[in-house]
Amino acid sequence: MGSEYEEAIAALSKLLSEKADLGSVAAAKIKQITADFEAAGSSDADNRIKTGFTHFKTEKFEKNPDLYGTLAKGQSPKYMVFACSDSRVCPSHILDFQPGEAFMVRNIASMVPPYDKKKYTGAGAAIEYAVLHLKVENIVVIGHSCCGGIKGLMSIPDDGTTASDFIEEWVSICLSAKTKVKSESNEMSFQELCDHCEKESVNVSLGNLLTYPFVREALVKKTLTLKGAHYDFVNGKFDLWNLNFQIAPTLAL
Amino acid sequence: MDTQSAEVGVEEGPNKIFISQQQVVDEEVQAKVEMLIAELHGTKHHPPNDPDAQKLDHGFHFFKTNIFDAHPEYFSELAKGQSPKFLVIACSDSRVSPSVVLNFKPGEAFVGRNIGNMVPQFDQLRHTEIGAVIEYAVKSLEVDNILVMGHSRCGGIERLMTLPDYTQTYDFIDEWVKIGLPAKKKVLQEAGDLPFAEQLTLCEKESVRNSMVNLLSYPFVRNAVVNGTMIVRGGYYDFVNGSFEQWKMCTH
Repeated sequence: MGSEYEEAIAALSKLLSEKADLGSVAAAKIKQITADFEAAGSSDADNRIKTGFTHFKTEKFEKNPDLYGTLAKGQSPKYMVFACSDSRVCPSHILDFQPGEAFMVRNIASMVPPYDKKKYTGAGAAIEYAVLHLKVENIVVIGHSCCGGIKGLMSIPDDGTTASDFIEEWVSICLSAKTKVKSESNEMSFQELCDHCEKESVNVSLGNLLTYPFVREALVKKTLTLKGAHYDFVNGKFDLWNLNFQIAPTLAL
Repeated sequence: MDTQSAEVGVEEGPNKIFISQQQVVDEEVQAKVEMLIAELHGTKHHPPNDPDAQKLDHGFHFFKTNIFDAHPEYFSELAKGQSPKFLVIACSDSRVSPSVVLNFKPGEAFVGRNIGNMVPQFDQLRHTEIGAVIEYAVKSLEVDNILVMGHSRCGGIERLMTLPDYTQTYDFIDEWVKIGLPAKKKVLQEAGDLPFAEQLTLCEKESVRNSMVNLLSYPFVRNAVVNGTMIVRGGYYDFVNGSFEQWKMCTH
């Protein structure tokens, strides 16, 4: 891709430097080529979306009229899932969730922020809707290998200076995971620190779920459970664990 | 069963479990101790009465055997890095996963999902969640397309169109769906006489347009669009009729 194009451009530049009067003609032709490439790329995407939907419609939607007929009337998923926005970790793929089974939030590094009506209305609204309206029975937070968000968290300098508009502020939700992992480090490599932080961040998020009163209430009533998970796509593994939460009176002896 | 008390605790570090018995340890506690030991030794152990956990394990097993192991080269390449061409912003609704509806394969689409597939205006205090998704997609992954995908029977849009509703107050939902107020206003202005169900459909689509416009309030989005390296698209999935329409923002 590199040198053929570069040679052609170099030859054109040389020609134009010798024959300056060709400049405006060349400019018009280059603009046309650019527009043609853009249109081709754009219509590739148009087609990709179109054929993608056609595939779904013929292979799934039309072959399961009962399922889709029922779903059209309403959803009653048993799961709420927090998964990373990463293109490689969609729970519909990795956990084979069918339409209607899982209410999903996808964000950078699948983080659950603590209850905050000003800063985190998005996550709060999703959890509120899932727990109070849909009455899901499980909330699952899924971390994953090679997470760019976690790497970003681990890369924030110690003095806290940030270079991004949003990313570093967002991933700092799990700063306590970074602190924990580093303090237990014993000379781990950066990669190993990230690996550990991916899982510890899930635990921080599970803890943050407890800051929502409606989550606590459902846990106490035992209508809801919280689960953490980690998908490792390097080794093809999936870990799953429970958070046990209980408010119980102490025994009087 | 009577309640002899016993304390079971786990110290920092994988190998220390202390048990202090105040009275006789009953069978239930003993079972729990054994389970803890098994977990700490890394033995996968889900209690037999946790079918919800088992379903997840089965789901992963299906993916692992039928997809992951069936395409080793594809997934080993993907493990090295992702280069999706799309950022898709879709609703959290369990019925509208873009992977399913648009048949995206692993690696094809970076996805943000929230109530009502909404994109608020650039706001570094109030909207870091969606801001981070868009920023990563545009700056780090340099996606070619952002697709905002709305859908039929959206609960978030219904709540927006029902506001103000004092019979039910929420801590978060109402504040969040108000991102779509410009869309609601437009629908009421132009179609206020239509039946509510039709207004909902119109608002579902208008809210997508509102989100597309809001995307331009992010400088890195604006730059990419103006430079011609990225296209902002809208889509609408109607799962009642089984249709999908799409449109795109033109810049020339």
